[in-house]
Amino acid sequence: MRSKTKQKMAKKEAKKLEYFTDWKYAPSPEATDHIRLQKQYELFINGKFVKPNSGKYFDTINPATEEKISSIAEANDKDVDTAVKAARGAYDKTWSKMPAKERAKYIYRIARLIQERARELSVIETMDGGKSIRESRDIDVPLAANHFFYYAGWADKLEYAFPNRHPKSLGVAGQVIPWNFPLLMAAWKIAPALATGNTVVLKPAETTSLTALKLAEIIQESGLPDGVVNIITGHGPVGASMVNHKDINKIAFTGSTNVGKWIQKAIAGTDKKLTLELGGKAANIIFEDAPINQAVEGIVNGIFFNQGHVCCAGSRLFVQESVADEVIRKLKDRLETLIVGDPLDKNTDIGAINSKMQLNKINEYLKIGVNDGAEMYQSSCSIPKKGFFVRPTLFLNTSQSHRISQEEIFGPVLAVQTFRTIEEVIEKANNIPYGLSAGVWTDKGSRIFNMTSKLRAGVVWANTYNKFDPTSPFGGYKESGFGREGGLHGLMPYLKF
Amino acid sequence: MERIEVLKTYKIFIGGQFPRTESGRYYPLKLKNNMTVNVSLSSRKDFRNSVVAARAAFSGWSSRAAFNRGQILYRIAEMLEGRKEQFLEELKQLGYTATAAKKEVEQSIDRLVYYAGWCDKYQQLFSAVNPVATSHFNFSVPEPMGVVAILADESTALLGLVSVVAPCIAGGNTCIVLASESKPTCSITFAEVIATSDVPGGVVNIVTGNRKELHAHFSSHMDVNAVINCNAEKDFNKTIGENASLNVKRVFTWNKNWSDEKEQGPYYITDLQEIKTTWHPIENIGVSGIKY
Repeated sequence: MRSKTKQKMAKKEAKKLEYFTDWKYAPSPEATDHIRLQKQYELFINGKFVKPNSGKYFDTINPATEEKISSIAEANDKDVDTAVKAARGAYDKTWSKMPAKERAKYIYRIARLIQERARELSVIETMDGGKSIRESRDIDVPLAANHFFYYAGWADKLEYAFPNRHPKSLGVAGQVIPWNFPLLMAAWKIAPALATGNTVVLKPAETTSLTALKLAEIIQESGLPDGVVNIITGHGPVGASMVNHKDINKIAFTGSTNVGKWIQKAIAGTDKKLTLELGGKAANIIFEDAPINQAVEGIVNGIFFNQGHVCCAGSRLFVQESVADEVIRKLKDRLETLIVGDPLDKNTDIGAINSKMQLNKINEYLKIGVNDGAEMYQSSCSIPKKGFFVRPTLFLNTSQSHRISQEEIFGPVLAVQTFRTIEEVIEKANNIPYGLSAGVWTDKGSRIFNMTSKLRAGVVWANTYNKFDPTSPFGGYKESGFGREGGLHGLMPYLKF
Repeated sequence: MERIEVLKTYKIFIGGQFPRTESGRYYPLKLKNNMTVNVSLSSRKDFRNSVVAARAAFSGWSSRAAFNRGQILYRIAEMLEGRKEQFLEELKQLGYTATAAKKEVEQSIDRLVYYAGWCDKYQQLFSAVNPVATSHFNFSVPEPMGVVAILADESTALLGLVSVVAPCIAGGNTCIVLASESKPTCSITFAEVIATSDVPGGVVNIVTGNRKELHAHFSSHMDVNAVINCNAEKDFNKTIGENASLNVKRVFTWNKNWSDEKEQGPYYITDLQEIKTTWHPIENIGVSGIKY
């Protein structure tokens, strides 16, 4: 009996991948000597960089080294007011009067300038935000440029997009964006707003102001009329001041559901239009007929892309029971191969957590998961001593009622559940206040379309995950917000009819 | 001593190359500065070579990402803007006033930018998910027709050609264009712009010659999917229509005033598109009602 068990165990062990070899990746750091950064950044208002009224500045640091990169101006209510006035002036005097096809040319210029300076932007994005250089280079920056390029083309075609509706711009848009995709979110906000003829006051997140300020430089270079885009930096109160400003016609916000709810309440009873792109807790569902190896890659991409700082991250994994052992074994193996470390290294898979605050929040959730009785599994990889890092983490044996299965963690932490029937998994996937995205892995096309029609989520990825394109509308159901960004549908939130 | 100017030999444009006509024939064109250009009088064989090039380029061009096609059309506009002066001079030599020449070039550039923008947008306007009564996912999308033969506007040197070629290639088609017979030089210089704009060889082919001789070949070739005549010629149109029936070519007569801003739009793209409908079953098991 015992020897048989031993034999079995040996067989099982033989299946395990071997990592104790000498095959190591040599460091492959991206050079940083070519980037142009200033010691101090001002507010970008009415086409000029101006000192903040408060006279205050805050540090922006590299989360991978905890070293200061630059000082950023802290705006106050007065600055917000100046920026809104500049945007209003530009709207009245130039932007709303300019022929749409000429407006388009400025947006095309911005797209081209981003393309030309793509390498610099991706290095700064990685230094300031902690995401791996591979992602900022291959995803964030090109997508940002493409977004401008795409919406530039819409500027003189709006009548075709909404036949018989005579679309008109709204006026001044106040836009507040998060720290997970700083430049890309700026592009998602600014490009459709400009294409539809609005002017903009944008506030980047306080931990990631730099690429938005580099974008301000690009906007200056593009010759865009002064005041059409204003970029003001600072903490939460700056955003609150924008939300409450009387001369803003539109608020577009991407960020947490809590803040989104506060904004919706704050503007209640006003004529301000609102778009909210909020949190998520996406179900990534693996059926037994799925191509398992591909699905494992999809799970990894779903939750560990951008350190899990993704509102549409596939943070809840549902595996059909019959393949659960295989999927989890392969997933654990794959976790071991992920490289966590210097975000500027081209081999790095998982970079730094964006801030100390976020690191603490993630670690808090790890404790909660363990205390709630879930089984925690982490990669055995080493993580740098300095900077903010978390090992890729799985929670096995979780249930629907666990906090780690219900709340958005916004980190590289995956809660795994199993299921038996399609009814069960639809019920579990939908039974959550969020509804931003979902993933389905199966070989059966007919099942994919069944799932896409039953899942209450704004984006469903089938046999893929975390795919974005300027032509593809993105946005949530339920408490994940409303309004869409991308594609034809992304024009609507910036127009009145 | 005065420097002697180097004059350009105007060739034709096939498969990304600039040959002279295989026939060796030419027709003289007198410019305003009294110089003469010996324009290629292209033959049926030149046209047939162009169709081979266009067909070969179709697969690659139509499967490019729409976004990429948009970037390339925008690049053509960038290149044209950069060579504006050259076109202004050429147009003057063809008899344009300075004002008319400026308008023609600028409208051509803007039209290219306009269609660059359409490359990845018309699909969203003209596709549909069809609500069929059975449990099927059913959708229709436009797809390019293939190789398009174009008899360009006779009255303009550049704008008429650009106004037809741009929507044609924006939608993923490839084409063979017969340039304006009386104003052919700008078309060939425009071919040089295309050749330096990342447009794959064979996507746009431009020949010069005699419309009376070539229109029958343009419309009868069995590997051409659509033919566009931009001129009002009733007798030609009858031949073209009859020849087209040989392989059910789509025929369009686009005799337009191309300087009118209204003569641009997504319908110039969709005219050169087929609609493809796909049916796919939807499994219908699971919760009957959605509860959340």
